[in-house]
Amino acid sequence: MKVSITVNGEATEHDVEPRLLLVQYLRDVVGLTGTNIGCDTSSCGACTVHLDGESVKSCTVLAVQADGASVGTIEGLAKNGELHPMQAAFQDNHGLQCGFCTPGMVMAAVSLVQEGRVTDERSVREGLEGNLCRCTGYHNIVQSVLAAAKAGAAK
Amino acid sequence: MIPAAFDYVRADSADHAVSLLSEHGDDAKLLAGGHSLLPLMKLRLATPSVLIDVGRLRDLSYIREDGDHVAIGALTRHHDLEHSDLLGAQAALLHHAASQVGDPQVRHRGTIGGSIAHGDPASDLPAVLLALRATLVAQGPGGTREIAVDDFFTGFLETALNPDELLTEIRVPKAPGARWSFQKFNRRAQDWAIVGVACVRNGTTGIGLVNVGSTPLRAAAAETAITSGASAADAANVADEGTDPPADLNASPEFRRHLTKVLVRRALEEAGG
Repeated sequence: MKVSITVNGEATEHDVEPRLLLVQYLRDVVGLTGTNIGCDTSSCGACTVHLDGESVKSCTVLAVQADGASVGTIEGLAKNGELHPMQAAFQDNHGLQCGFCTPGMVMAAVSLVQEGRVTDERSVREGLEGNLCRCTGYHNIVQSVLAAAKAGAAK
Repeated sequence: MIPAAFDYVRADSADHAVSLLSEHGDDAKLLAGGHSLLPLMKLRLATPSVLIDVGRLRDLSYIREDGDHVAIGALTRHHDLEHSDLLGAQAALLHHAASQVGDPQVRHRGTIGGSIAHGDPASDLPAVLLALRATLVAQGPGGTREIAVDDFFTGFLETALNPDELLTEIRVPKAPGARWSFQKFNRRAQDWAIVGVACVRNGTTGIGLVNVGSTPLRAAAAETAITSGASAADAANVADEGTDPPADLNASPEFRRHLTKVLVRRALEEAGG
């Protein structure tokens, strides 16, 4: 089946099997490997991307379900060589250790801030319940998101 | 993990979905948000040969007042439930419980209709609808019919929906000011409930149980006890009557029975008299 999906602002069009997952479409068909596959069971959040602006786990969405939609990945956040405020905050606050969960954490956090859900530390911890960090580096991740929210990462 | 191959068809209306169901019969499954179905398909525990995508039927996504109840379109997402002021005012238990389903990413995709039609005893919303005494509306080839929630869950992942029926609406009685409690016992925030209790008190008392049997269950004995004047503790003591809790990595059946009593007591106390 032919699908048309806008990825990071650019139109993509490919003939795919209905069973192809969105994460596979992004990684294997479009070639954007910034989105990681972690648990592959919609638990860990490593594959989080934006579907029409909202965070989703791309291992549990079929590419055909995203037909006609706009998808944002970690590769699309930085503009003109400048990191997105959320990415900059993760760098400044050492919000990562091994880095595997980071693309998903950043995408989930951007969605959270855009929805106006970040008010305090607890709101960040609850808002990131769907993202697991096996390094257990949560403290600095939470600090990063709070810093980014303050710096206006909703843009 | 990759699902087994299937044919994919997109419904462009509820009528179209029903006619596609009639055409493909038992081999077909409806796809809404996909957050119950796709994980099963990836594990190949479900291998439908046809997926009928109803996810684009936006006219089945709504929350509105309708006489003495709130009408919720089957394709309304958990995210929309948890952010609905109308639901917060008229059915606060459901409004809150929706915010406890999965995590934000799951709530951006998962729908109330999908969750109910899946009929998983470990899901939160079926027990909430039992407590609220909701009515479900199904559309089939011969028109629509109403199904009381008590008649809906018929077996493990089985419901009263016929193979050619689409769940279209969930009706929840308006209950502004009703006292309620939602007790979800789990070890990690995003997990399924090991045991959950949904309780609402508004003249009468409704108690739904999560994950203590092959279907979502009503704690009928505890409801009867509290209605005839028993204390919360005494009513909670019979809350496990009629349950048949599963054993898994998280808990034994005995522990789940114990949790049922403890959580029903807490729920009754929190929801007040």
